[in-house]
Amino acid sequence: MRGPSLIPAMMLAMVLGLAAVGVDHAQDMFAGSYPQQSGEELYKGICQGCHMPNAQGAVGAGAYPALAGDPRLAAAIYPLTVVLNGQRAMPPIGADLSDDQVANVVNYIRTHFGNHYKDTVTPAAVKAARRPPSTEEPE
Amino acid sequence: MNRRSLFQLIGAAAGSAVMYQAMTELGHAGESGYTGPVELKGSPRGASVLILGAGLAGMSAALELRNAGYQVKILEYNDRPGGRNWTLYGGDRYTEMGGHTQNVQFAEGLYLNPGPWRIPYHHRALLDYCKRLKVQLEPFTQVNYAAYLHSAKAFGGKPRRYREVQADFDGHVAELLAKATAQSQLDQTVTREDREILLGAMREWGALDQNYEYKKGLLTSERRGYVSDPGGGLTSEPVASDPIALHELLQSRLWRSIAAGHIYEFQSAIFQPVGGMGMIGKAFGRELGPLIEYNAKVTAIKQDDHGVSVVYQDTKAGGAARTATADWCICTIPASILSQIPVAVGAPMKSAIDALYYDSSIKVGLQFKRRFWEQDDAIFGGMSYTDLPNALIGYPSTGYFAEGPGVLLGAYTFGVNSFLYAAMSPEERVRKTVEYGTQIHPQYATEFEHGVAVAWHRVPWTLGCAGHWTPELRAKHYDDLCAIDGRIVLAGEHASRLPAWQEGALLSSLDAVRRLHERVMAA
Repeated sequence: MRGPSLIPAMMLAMVLGLAAVGVDHAQDMFAGSYPQQSGEELYKGICQGCHMPNAQGAVGAGAYPALAGDPRLAAAIYPLTVVLNGQRAMPPIGADLSDDQVANVVNYIRTHFGNHYKDTVTPAAVKAARRPPSTEEPE
Repeated sequence: MNRRSLFQLIGAAAGSAVMYQAMTELGHAGESGYTGPVELKGSPRGASVLILGAGLAGMSAALELRNAGYQVKILEYNDRPGGRNWTLYGGDRYTEMGGHTQNVQFAEGLYLNPGPWRIPYHHRALLDYCKRLKVQLEPFTQVNYAAYLHSAKAFGGKPRRYREVQADFDGHVAELLAKATAQSQLDQTVTREDREILLGAMREWGALDQNYEYKKGLLTSERRGYVSDPGGGLTSEPVASDPIALHELLQSRLWRSIAAGHIYEFQSAIFQPVGGMGMIGKAFGRELGPLIEYNAKVTAIKQDDHGVSVVYQDTKAGGAARTATADWCICTIPASILSQIPVAVGAPMKSAIDALYYDSSIKVGLQFKRRFWEQDDAIFGGMSYTDLPNALIGYPSTGYFAEGPGVLLGAYTFGVNSFLYAAMSPEERVRKTVEYGTQIHPQYATEFEHGVAVAWHRVPWTLGCAGHWTPELRAKHYDDLCAIDGRIVLAGEHASRLPAWQEGALLSSLDAVRRLHERVMAA
């Protein structure tokens, strides 16, 4: 299975009563897939939920970092790794995206919002950067 | 086959409700271990505890420690007590990450619980605090046989009543099982004596006729409902309804939602506070009064051999950073926030804090001119399920038969659809929710007034709805997250095995308080 473990996700769904919800819709809800394909669609469909439409980030008790003019985007492996594996409050959203989708969205943020990086991430590079399948739960 | 593969297989084959049951049996989900108010024996001799966060974890800790003789103070980011125990009423303003402000316009007495909304009968700690704090409870309806099950891809997009799907699914399965039994196909596993019992059980359970068939008639209409109900006088003849054929029922996938009420947390009885879930937070807040300092944004947590000091800013008054000190600290700040704050704990706890991201979730409350779901559809409480992105429609378990407007929960979802919702503006979330709901309740088109949408990844003080644990993360980090690090201990739903439940937050807090007190007594 690609993506974060289905079980705890579904357990959470159950627990929240979403469960209720869904009962089985939880399968779609947690380990589902996103219809958006282009980098722009993906950014507007998912990323801007936290990083905001203008990629300026936001501040509350904690903060969502700005992607606009973020020097850490210079090395493509950085955003690629964060999208795939998550980092602190950032979920491993790439687990629910195809290699093409991850490449598209990483390339999008590295060429928009004041970022002008010329090198691109290929789907093959995404595939190679994915963590090996998570280890089985200890018995 | 290992345990995880087994869960996946069960989940894929039977739906997650069944998987949840299986997990429960294997000890992955469990009930509250609460056996009564915590007893903290012995005098703390003036010891002080600084608590970060005035949610249920922080406030229950403060209450118990204060009662045991500790000097207690809480720092809270919001201007109200409760944290995720939260209710939005007309007149409230809510500003999310990014700056969108929603002015809630609900009519008097109507509300949305953006976070938790129900209390299972076995969440004993929470129920006990409600009792102690005199929070009045009323029944919360989970399963409603008159509510709808809907798929955009089945029955031409027309919703079916829960009772129809439930009765037909049970009936068809009972008939199949009865046939298999009668044809001796189960002889390997069912004894001759048990066969007769099983056949009888299938008749009773599935409403089968004398030939063990589930078919149109008054017997099955007594389960699934009639075309015309039995009446009185000369217009009394009941008209039986047609069961949905097995193939059509299976293909519809509507059966996915009928197991929800079997889940331990969703079994009757379930309760809700009268007037909104936030009544519990308010009651705690009243009880603790000046012990809580509001509008306090924590920016650093330090400790040494002598005590803890916490740097914070008053977000309302502004000015220079302030510092609060104490002998001990109970930190209930969500890991999603805490991971961004410099905190003087060892590598094991820090790694645990950094390992948890918070899940996405969305709730949308919609106000309508009238309670059409009651007046037109005879749905009183409970919930309808759909495969549209809103996932669920929750009907209020209170205020039945009232004239005038009503508020229902128009969307409640997690995962993919929730991420997509969070990326929309609040107005768009509400608009989409109305669009989805209109496919189930056409009355939306004329009765909708206004709504409010809370996307948990946009909530400034949690950055998500609840900590996301996996079995791997639990094995690696859970004990380190819960351990006392020097003078600091964490508490909250994320430090429990009842994630996302208020009961988990309370049990985590009480466990932390107990261990901290032992440490103080031993010193």
